[in-house]
Amino acid sequence: MTIATHDVRWAAGGRMIVDGVTLAAEPGRMLGLLGPNGAGKSTLLRLICRLRRVASGVVTLGGADIAGLPRAAIARRVALVEQQAATDAQVTVLDVVRLGRTPHRGPLSPWTARDDAAVEDALLRMGMSGKRGQLWHTLSGGERQRAQIARALAQTPTELLLDEPTNHLDVQHQLEILALVGRLPATSIVALHDLNLAAMFCDAVALLRDGRVVCAGAPEEILTEAMIRDVFGVRAHVEVSPHHGRPHIHYLPG
Amino acid sequence: MIRGPILGGGWGLRALATVLAVAVLVAAIGVAVSIGEMAIPLATTFQALGNRLLGAGFALSPIQEGVIWDYRLSRAVVAACSGAALALSGAILQALLRNPLAEPYVLGISAGASTGAVAVMIAGFGGGAVSLSGGAFIGAVLAFALVSLLAAGAGGGTDRIILAGVAGSQLFNALTSYIVTTSANAEQARGVMFWLLGSLGGVRWPDAHVAAPVALAGFVICILHARALDAFTFGADAAASLGIAVTRVRLVLFGATAAMTATMVSIVGSIGFVGLVIPHAARFLVGPGHARLLPASAMIGAIFMVLADIVSRIIIPQQILPIGVVTALFGAPAFAIILYRARRTA
Repeated sequence: MTIATHDVRWAAGGRMIVDGVTLAAEPGRMLGLLGPNGAGKSTLLRLICRLRRVASGVVTLGGADIAGLPRAAIARRVALVEQQAATDAQVTVLDVVRLGRTPHRGPLSPWTARDDAAVEDALLRMGMSGKRGQLWHTLSGGERQRAQIARALAQTPTELLLDEPTNHLDVQHQLEILALVGRLPATSIVALHDLNLAAMFCDAVALLRDGRVVCAGAPEEILTEAMIRDVFGVRAHVEVSPHHGRPHIHYLPG
Repeated sequence: MIRGPILGGGWGLRALATVLAVAVLVAAIGVAVSIGEMAIPLATTFQALGNRLLGAGFALSPIQEGVIWDYRLSRAVVAACSGAALALSGAILQALLRNPLAEPYVLGISAGASTGAVAVMIAGFGGGAVSLSGGAFIGAVLAFALVSLLAAGAGGGTDRIILAGVAGSQLFNALTSYIVTTSANAEQARGVMFWLLGSLGGVRWPDAHVAAPVALAGFVICILHARALDAFTFGADAAASLGIAVTRVRLVLFGATAAMTATMVSIVGSIGFVGLVIPHAARFLVGPGHARLLPASAMIGAIFMVLADIVSRIIIPQQILPIGVVTALFGAPAFAIILYRARRTA
């Protein structure tokens, strides 16, 4: 059992941002959250890792209500990569990735070989080993994103939440990162804007609109022409790609 | 660009730096004790300390020994404690608020503590049930709460807190002036105004017996939260997602900061810029990790304040400058440099 939400609601400024979402992630698979701006994707991710407390409903982690779990216990299992991370501190890539070990360490416990191994593995996976000594503010947007994902991997999560992880990346790194997340043994929930990337990499997708799940299932069932017109308001032609066998969406003008 | 901290090395180098820092602090206190209207040789100073601390039995003039022990050493110890506490407070506030300009003085916490202390001292607030430092603590907490609310009301963000701090400082300084002008007699008013600028003049051992435990306890609390502070590098949400109990950590550390600031303000007055400048100097030397930054800030703050006290006593012959004036003379240009650097990296 991994992460699930049961009729979860959250409001801000008198408006329901997340309005009764029930979703379950499959263990070890990648679940894509799709939907127009303001559909509640980012907020839902925050509710799932309890950065915000649900107004009603329940989020379960391994069958337990996360409302009753200590913060550190959640962080040992669930890692979040936010859309943008900013700091003025003169930290290096290594400093950032080492932050991922925070929930695994007590206030005075020393740095262990296990911490080292997790950090090295994360740096290696994200191709950031060679940039470990570089200062954060000298990194490109893509490198910052990869450093943050490496930090999340250093948490050795069983559940990985990513909010628009491909935002600042060039095409090569977009593909690389999603392929890498897909290969991880961890369960992942990824908010994405790019429907074609979602179709290529996600094992399941959920379409959100106005804080509600419109439909959820395998990409080929969900990403249909009718559904895309209904949720995103655009005309599209969907075909099975002859190259990778997944749905491919052609947007049509007008 | 790869630029590590200067003292980024292994255990050996860190141990050496620690020993060196302690030696410099002891030497600075030794010099501070030797300097004054009655010049006392450094050797006599350490002999007097040997007599009192170890029962060494050097034959010294009781007047010299009295001056060293009762007047100058207590003063130097309080200077060191207040420097350490203010620098620690600055480092904590800069980390939690993610603003390089945050410190108790800039954020109006010192002004609030002054108002609280003056309210007890002159207006008789609390009717004798509240001590001077208790009043200062209440003032500090009120000022910080007000400044936080103002900043949140102005839309939050790391820059608003400084603007809110300006407003808070003005308000509480005005309140202090109001209390002084309406309730104090001329002699009290003069004393308060001198104390407000920061003064180690009347400091004796009872003050050190308050300052030292508060500085030490504050240091222990802060160092236990060093990793939590590191987790705030990318903000409160990032810290929470790393398993930090953000609300509890903030309450404990803001409380510790308010207590340290209030205690020091109630003893030595409102001393600015130490909390601002020292953490930056420490960061330059040991890097941004709080496990090193906090001890380094405390040590450098202590040394800086003892040296500032020496400068305040010798810069004008026959006259003692308020120590707050000295720290501001060093601090204000440093503030400008930090501002300039923040602009460049933004």
